[in-house]
Amino acid sequence: MSKYILFRNRSDSVSFQYEKKTMTVLTVLVILSLLLFLAGLSTGSEMIHPITIIKHLLGIGSGEYTFIIEILRLPRMIIAFMAGAALGVSGLILQGIIRNPLGSPDIIGITGGASFAAVVFITYFAGEVSIHWIPLAAITGAGIIAVLIYFLAWKKGVSPIRLVLVGIGMQAAMSSMITMMLVFGNDYSTPQAYVWLTGSVYGAHWEHVYSMLPWVLILIPLALFFSKTANAQELGDQVALGLGVRVQFHRFSLLFLSVALAGSAVAFAGGMGFVGLIAPHIARRLVGRSFGSLVLVSALIGGLIVFLADVVARTFFLPLDLPAGVFVSGIGAPFFIYLLYRNRHL
Amino acid sequence: MTHLFPHTSSKWLGLALGFILVFLSFISSIVFGQTPISFGTALDALLHFDKDSTEHIIIATTRISRAVIAAVIGASLAIAGALLQALTRNPLASSDIFGINAGAVFFVVAAISFFSVSSLTHYMWIAFLGGGVATVMVYFLGTLGRDSLSPIKIVLAGAAITALFVALTQGLLVINQQNLEGVLFWLAGSVAGRTLDMLEPILPFMLVGWVIALLLGYPINILTSGEDVAKGLGQRTILVKTLMAVVVVFLAGGSVAVGGAIGFIGLIIPHIVRGLVGMDYRWIIPYCALFGASLLLLADVVARFIIMPQEMPIGVMTAIIGTPFFIYIARRGVNKG
Repeated sequence: MSKYILFRNRSDSVSFQYEKKTMTVLTVLVILSLLLFLAGLSTGSEMIHPITIIKHLLGIGSGEYTFIIEILRLPRMIIAFMAGAALGVSGLILQGIIRNPLGSPDIIGITGGASFAAVVFITYFAGEVSIHWIPLAAITGAGIIAVLIYFLAWKKGVSPIRLVLVGIGMQAAMSSMITMMLVFGNDYSTPQAYVWLTGSVYGAHWEHVYSMLPWVLILIPLALFFSKTANAQELGDQVALGLGVRVQFHRFSLLFLSVALAGSAVAFAGGMGFVGLIAPHIARRLVGRSFGSLVLVSALIGGLIVFLADVVARTFFLPLDLPAGVFVSGIGAPFFIYLLYRNRHL
Repeated sequence: MTHLFPHTSSKWLGLALGFILVFLSFISSIVFGQTPISFGTALDALLHFDKDSTEHIIIATTRISRAVIAAVIGASLAIAGALLQALTRNPLASSDIFGINAGAVFFVVAAISFFSVSSLTHYMWIAFLGGGVATVMVYFLGTLGRDSLSPIKIVLAGAAITALFVALTQGLLVINQQNLEGVLFWLAGSVAGRTLDMLEPILPFMLVGWVIALLLGYPINILTSGEDVAKGLGQRTILVKTLMAVVVVFLAGGSVAVGGAIGFIGLIIPHIVRGLVGMDYRWIIPYCALFGASLLLLADVVARFIIMPQEMPIGVMTAIIGTPFFIYIARRGVNKG
């Protein structure tokens, strides 16, 4: 028996090679996610027995918990999970592009752009225009900033280092612009904007799930599709060129994917920090460095992180329902430092 | 490297011009604002203060303290930036990019939330502590692994630490919303609404910091020619570097305690100054102090007019000036000094 499992179509245009270990890890993660989902559905201000929930989901329940399960908890959990997955993959791609384990959408200004757009929206338009347009504002913001970063970093091609540095500068600019908006906002919009900035999935409903789902379902498989070139890019521009990768084109495509993923996550769940940094690190510890495996594992891990943070945020401090972002960064940040220390020789 | 003042005599002249610039900026900071005040009145207020004149009261209560604070913070941040750039041999270094300001902010916000600290003297010590913790963390992260302290690594480490402290600060403020309003304006960076007594406990530390920085000029010159060279010349490099880091923490931490997060001064000024006087840190440090003070004074004056009748937080002003500059240096390449 070989160590690998191959997926390949007849013309070899699509081909994945998975280690058996990866498959084991993936299976465990999926089962874990399902179990935790069940646990998440049953906990809250009203505890519901897991069996009751399974019955309900199978359609043989009594129907008394329909509101809690289907309206309050399920969409919120799905949004949390999807946002985490998107951020995890987004961070993974960025870390690949810039060949540095410290890359993540919240460090190179993409989250900052999305947040700025959203805060402008909350401060100036929230009264007149429906709040449901925030995701659009956020995605637009992320896109504009990403394009700006890309062009400002362009100098006969985009080098990873310039990309990061310009991004960090942008992030600094964005964060002071955000502070300015908060200072100028009124008593109502400022706290609201602040909660949004911290990252929260409070009040998510099915409409959000449906509008976010296509992003995740299209972009994550696309990331898988590009995994071959991402693997090559990690070896350096020269090696990648030698292997026949169109470095600039693929760098652009990967960056685009990363921005779209981060933008959609931030749009629906706010400025959730650190997921993009941590998830890929954990994934690498679990399955090594092959990009294809990392995409799926990072997605699952990212999803689990935000999901768990949200469960903690809404249950541990009852009756308070805190923004999940507080816990994502509160737990994520120290853990991140620990990971860096462990991986210091990579 | 070509620079504007190649000879010692022209450097002294430049220094004198710097003093004049600071003086002019200081005057304009007192004279311009929502209530314009003539130069004569300002002088009058200083010489024979009249309790019944509104203008005199404005000058005494707000304008003077504001100008002094802006000048002190500007000078401190610029010196801190110059020291950091020398210490890390990185043209993009400055206390805000490295997360020192964010660390100080987080510690202060945490102290307000958990221990209800409200005296500025306490803020100061807490801000020093926060700045110190952040510095150690960035240095530690930036030196991990191979090719330690490479420019890109330490900038990223700084950005990560900034993200860390910003996230934690946000978390605290969300949980404890009644503090939000007050802290936010302070966070945005401002030199308005502060009295001179707020500066009082911090000023001695800053002055000591300035003096040490000035005295370090020559050792830094040797250090920047390479660590091995410096050691070979008999320099105790560890001592010099530690002193530099301590001065940076005191200057940056003190500035944050008084003015909140004012960014980019420490990045821009040392570059401009190097263009004027070259790589000699005996000159760079005093020039940084003068030009940093002027820049912040002028930025503060402009901030009063840009969106009348409100005032732009000065941290936003410096970010608007600083970001293009940062990107310009990033594009030029971090490997050239």
